[in-house]
Amino acid sequence: MSPTAPRYLITGGTLPDGTTSDVLIEDGLLAAVGPEARSRAEAGDGPLETVDAAGRIVLPGLVDLHTHLREPGREDAETVETGTRAAAMGGFTSVHAMANSTPVADSAGVVEQVWQLGREAGWCDVHPVGAVTVGLAGERLAELGAMAASRAEVRVFSDDGMCVSDPVLMRRALEYVKAFDGVVAQHAQEPRLTEGAQMNEGELSSVLGLSGWPAVAEEAIIARDVLLAQHVGSRLHVCHVSTAGSVEIIRWAKERGIEVTAEATPHHLLLTEELVRTYDPVFKVNPPLRREADVMALREGLADGTIDTVGTDHAPHTAETKECEWTVAAMGMTGLETALPVVQHALVDTGLMDWAGVSRILSSTPARIARLTDQGRISASGVFETGAPANVTVYDPHVTRTVDPATHATRSRNSPYRGMELPGQVTDVFNHGHPVVRDRALATPRTH
Amino acid sequence: MKHLLSTQDLSLADALRILDTAEEMSAVSGREVKKLPALRGRTVVNLFLEDSTRTRISFEAAAKRLSADVINFTGKGTSVSKGESLKDTVQTLEAIGADAIVMRHWGSGAAAQLAGSGWITSSVVNAGDGTHEHPTQALLDALTLRRHLARRHGTGPRGTDLAGMKVVIVGDILHSRVARSNLWLLTTLGAEVTLAAPPTLVPVGVEQWPCHVTYSLDEAIAAGPDAVMMLRVQSERMHEAFFPSAAEYTRSWGLTDDRLALLESAGAADAVIMHPGPMNRGLEISAAAADSVRNTALEQVANGVSVRMAVLYLVLSGTDTAGTPDLVPSAARRPEA
Repeated sequence: MSPTAPRYLITGGTLPDGTTSDVLIEDGLLAAVGPEARSRAEAGDGPLETVDAAGRIVLPGLVDLHTHLREPGREDAETVETGTRAAAMGGFTSVHAMANSTPVADSAGVVEQVWQLGREAGWCDVHPVGAVTVGLAGERLAELGAMAASRAEVRVFSDDGMCVSDPVLMRRALEYVKAFDGVVAQHAQEPRLTEGAQMNEGELSSVLGLSGWPAVAEEAIIARDVLLAQHVGSRLHVCHVSTAGSVEIIRWAKERGIEVTAEATPHHLLLTEELVRTYDPVFKVNPPLRREADVMALREGLADGTIDTVGTDHAPHTAETKECEWTVAAMGMTGLETALPVVQHALVDTGLMDWAGVSRILSSTPARIARLTDQGRISASGVFETGAPANVTVYDPHVTRTVDPATHATRSRNSPYRGMELPGQVTDVFNHGHPVVRDRALATPRTH
Repeated sequence: MKHLLSTQDLSLADALRILDTAEEMSAVSGREVKKLPALRGRTVVNLFLEDSTRTRISFEAAAKRLSADVINFTGKGTSVSKGESLKDTVQTLEAIGADAIVMRHWGSGAAAQLAGSGWITSSVVNAGDGTHEHPTQALLDALTLRRHLARRHGTGPRGTDLAGMKVVIVGDILHSRVARSNLWLLTTLGAEVTLAAPPTLVPVGVEQWPCHVTYSLDEAIAAGPDAVMMLRVQSERMHEAFFPSAAEYTRSWGLTDDRLALLESAGAADAVIMHPGPMNRGLEISAAAADSVRNTALEQVANGVSVRMAVLYLVLSGTDTAGTPDLVPSAARRPEA
């Protein structure tokens, strides 16, 4: 930052630890928090902008471990530019771009391309996820080391969309990433048990005549993988956990000291399979929407730490791939711009979690899982670390808005919350000290 | 009644209204001039995106007997592979002048989606969607059973339900839209339904459904049913490990000569055999059972035309009032143009 770069004093906001305090951003860093912030701001040189955060929550910038930016390959659904605009509007200062692009992000070249696109866009840090296997085909390992050593510095590897179902391949991947402190993020879906699966398997799928996606297909893979992680002493991350049984297995594994982390999506914290009765493909997603009991188990899992993080699984799709018969519609929902409101609605407004907890599940823990050192620098009790990069999200929890996908920054419109009332709105976002969102609207991208 | 999408959401009053209207329609089919002017000037499109000659010609005959113009549109495969979306297809058909779209579709929920999409304003009649529902098949089966019961009681069928009737549905329940539609409709009408199938072909969660389930067809027949409905079984299912072989399926769940004899002795004296067709002789039904006088297959086909006339009339006549329309007498009074 040049010495004349503006400094920002965020005044009167409530911090995650519950205190009301000023926050000073200077030279891209969190220069001061508390009474010292104002005195230092007034003493310092250069332009000073004030951000009035009275009545708002000041959060560490959010970190998403699970984002589909669709570029390269499906720029009609999303680009790095539009996806990171959506991320910024959702309060995210870092996203992990899943590897199932075309071509697949299974080489140093592709991950560097995505990383570069993210830097050029400037709305949010973009960390490419590397594919575990070549072409997501589940047959042989991709060059994980080359991706780790690339400028993209990949640490999270996933065949998301596909399960690494071959147990030998999964074991080798878990072992191999230890060389660079990486983590394998598993899309837990036993492929044979879910051939042609259209929705959660249960009485409702039988009534609707849609092929079932049984909970056991997720739980069996998670059970196998936690045992493999224990056996080889590696880190495992489980993507989009969707069933109560999975929560139980992960709880069991953590009690035994197995290094497993897990994520749940916003939609699995709020929506249930009952929505499938409409046959509206906007509700088609993988893993599918489950039962009310699963939703409650996931919320409790996040509250007690069994589930570590909320990952959006933001999955933009073009209108034509959703405006068709359920059985041929694409699976996935947008989520970046509604994640924090859904978390507030499902976890905070229900009394399951305070804002320190939200900072934990949406910032510090995902940053730790991905080994990011420039994000999520906040203590468990919600105290900001001064001197850390200024990735900050200011959030107004008191407004209520009706979700209108047409107003979203993402290129796609497949939001399952369309027409629903959700609380809260991101008002300001600082990415490494640069204001990418100001006063509820996109400002300017950060330049490198 | 704007659409007919499923029997699960069909009320008892609406079901009786369709069946009673079908009785009126069936009187027409017995006349020398099998034609009513009721839907003159209206256009019915049969949009069949999955092979089904029987159902299509039944709907076609029904629409023509009501003097509607009929357009048949058949296609195979997915909208994606055809290159045209369902939305564009149905909007094109409506622009041509469709008042009702009778749709057979490979995808479960396609009819409900069409009716709820806002893409078109036409009435939608579900002629079978994936493994979800086939409501007119269930209605024609109910019409057949109701007439059967009326004959037994020596009364007319109009206004009656199926209270106390014991019906066994046998076979591939899991993949059968006929089984689902029949289960909902027959139980709405007061019948007791038993599903008999190998455990692999019983849907998950069936214990929450309003029926008995047995893995033993012999037990189901020994319990003395009024009707045994045999579902078509695709022999390919054995390749997906639903059952080991066609021969084992037939031995355990086929209506064999032995089970026909058991039905003769243990079932109701006038117990009937039903089949939605086409039959796999030698697999789910033996030749003797197929050719038995108890088999109502042809009566079912004839009733299918009456039921489909009733449904088309009701969805296109735009009357939402309960009760049976005074259709045939008033229509018959109208001079033929």
